[in-house]
Amino acid sequence: MTAVAARPALRHRLAERGIDRTLLLLVPGLLVTACLFLYPFLYGLQLSFVPREGGVLANYAKFFGDPYLRDTIWTTLGIALPATFINVLASVPIAYVMRGRVRGKRLLTTILVVPITLGTVLTAQGLIMYGGAAGWLNKVLSTLGITSEPLPLIHNYTGVVLSLVITGFPFSFLLTLSYLSGIDPSLEKAAATLGANWVQRFRRITLPLLAPGLAITFCLSFVMAFSVFPSAQLVGDPANETRVISIAAYHAAFEEYDYSMGSAVAMIMAVIMLVVIGLVMAWRGTLYRGATGGKG
Amino acid sequence: MSFGELRLEGVSRSFGSANALRELDLAISGQEFVALLGPSGCGKSTALNCLAGLLPLTGGSIWMDEKRIDGVAPEQRGFGMVFQNYALFPHMSVRANIGFGLKMRKVGRAEARRRVDEALRLVQLTDHAAKFPAQLSGGQQQRVAIARAVVLEPPVVLMDEPLSNLDAKLRLEMRMEIRRLHQTLGLTTVYVTHDQEEALSLADRLVVLREGSVQQIGTPEEVYAQPVNSYVASFMGYRNLLDLDVTGAVGASVTVEGEGIRLTGSGDVASGRAKVAIRPEDFVVGEFAENALDVTVEIVEYHGRELSVSARLSSGVPVYFRTDKRLAPGDTAQIGVPAERVLVFEP
Repeated sequence: MTAVAARPALRHRLAERGIDRTLLLLVPGLLVTACLFLYPFLYGLQLSFVPREGGVLANYAKFFGDPYLRDTIWTTLGIALPATFINVLASVPIAYVMRGRVRGKRLLTTILVVPITLGTVLTAQGLIMYGGAAGWLNKVLSTLGITSEPLPLIHNYTGVVLSLVITGFPFSFLLTLSYLSGIDPSLEKAAATLGANWVQRFRRITLPLLAPGLAITFCLSFVMAFSVFPSAQLVGDPANETRVISIAAYHAAFEEYDYSMGSAVAMIMAVIMLVVIGLVMAWRGTLYRGATGGKG
Repeated sequence: MSFGELRLEGVSRSFGSANALRELDLAISGQEFVALLGPSGCGKSTALNCLAGLLPLTGGSIWMDEKRIDGVAPEQRGFGMVFQNYALFPHMSVRANIGFGLKMRKVGRAEARRRVDEALRLVQLTDHAAKFPAQLSGGQQQRVAIARAVVLEPPVVLMDEPLSNLDAKLRLEMRMEIRRLHQTLGLTTVYVTHDQEEALSLADRLVVLREGSVQQIGTPEEVYAQPVNSYVASFMGYRNLLDLDVTGAVGASVTVEGEGIRLTGSGDVASGRAKVAIRPEDFVVGEFAENALDVTVEIVEYHGRELSVSARLSSGVPVYFRTDKRLAPGDTAQIGVPAERVLVFEP
């Protein structure tokens, strides 16, 4: 009798803590995360501490001891950070104009967003056809006599940054647009009636309310840019100028067949991304992050 | 900053082919309280945005004494504005919100502080100066919005349905507060509302709008007692609007018939169909020689001292009246109304 009576009571107690059958909906997601992310990550982490030769930290010591490997960090940051800044900074003014009622808004948004559907390889292919030494741009420029030698747009640093901007911009534009649309337009009108010109309205009202969103946009764009691999290979100079960290990992794992070293490089990559994201999020923590609707 | 007259001459605004506001002519004198009144979509908010400079005109001009101002940007125009949703800056404290305009105008720090303190005292929010908008109640947010607009001592304060987001009790309090601020600060206020009671109680002058066109401009007494057409009448609480035929007219006295009744009213319709407007509170229950109607009571609402009664004529047409007599559904009663309170309009 008592056991029967206790059962619903337990269910109620659990429900009060938010534990009920709807939690089962989490199972597929958790399962996928565990199998496809958690397990490979932990396996790789473990693998990185079992080097081919030497002690537990030998891979890490090798990476940081060899300038050829170590410097890939700076090469990658040197590509990913400028590309991310360009993406985020370019999307703010465009999204600012596009959030209101603009003629041809749908068409423009579509054009701006299309590159996201193309993928890196197609973009790289296009870049080669367009900006290569025998590409359209250089042909036109030399035919018109504007340049005597082809502009070095691809197979170097510029090529990779261009490719990252083309593929990354739509993403940060869409994010920025949605953050901007969440800011009540009457706030700027109110600021105008209080004597703020458009620069002041942007700086004092829109930007502070947009900044937390920009931080998130920056982080996501940065992660995408930091793991750059195909474009660094295809439109970069993968042996020198654009020897990014993912190329080092690929090289170790699939050319030297040292999976342990490859894992170690991947782990270092993850840590660097986390550090950058941590810094940005710490800055974001100092900002106002409440509602951006007019009612406050 | 004082001025003699703010003049709107043929102010028009269209969106594509839709005319939101047509040829608005209005002269507002200094320290006047003008209410723009009408249902949503009548162009009253458009007019206010045009006045603030937030919306460019598509026709007409706005003058401040002898200076034309319709080309002046909102930040240069310097009219204070209170928005329907308050539009407080969510990332700034109450003090920073109120001080924002002073900062933009580069008012000195000490002077700005003094004026913000004064504004806070005026709206009784001194204790809340350090809070953020999200921590305030609706009424408090509204007071911040008003303080932010008036702290700059603007020549004109524009208010866009500032009370519509508040509950009934708070609305009454804030209404009085707004009138008090208007009087003590000697403001010139243009107030937009769809609530005729609000407009009547606050304003010195009313502008009744319909689909972008002015219907009537007048003092509350004029608009209340002598609406110029049936539209204004219905908006001003003439709840009984009957479609009847004119059968005789002598001077301003008009006889109308139809629906089994015959009424004598006033108006200048000589013949044909007419719209007859009568206020529920102008009916009196009892025996009458003139304008007597026999009705059957249907619904009775209790309103304290009075009852609001919905009844029907023998023809089935509904009639609304108010009375202090205790009536019950199903009762028959005779009601009457003085001829001067029966307004006859063109249909």
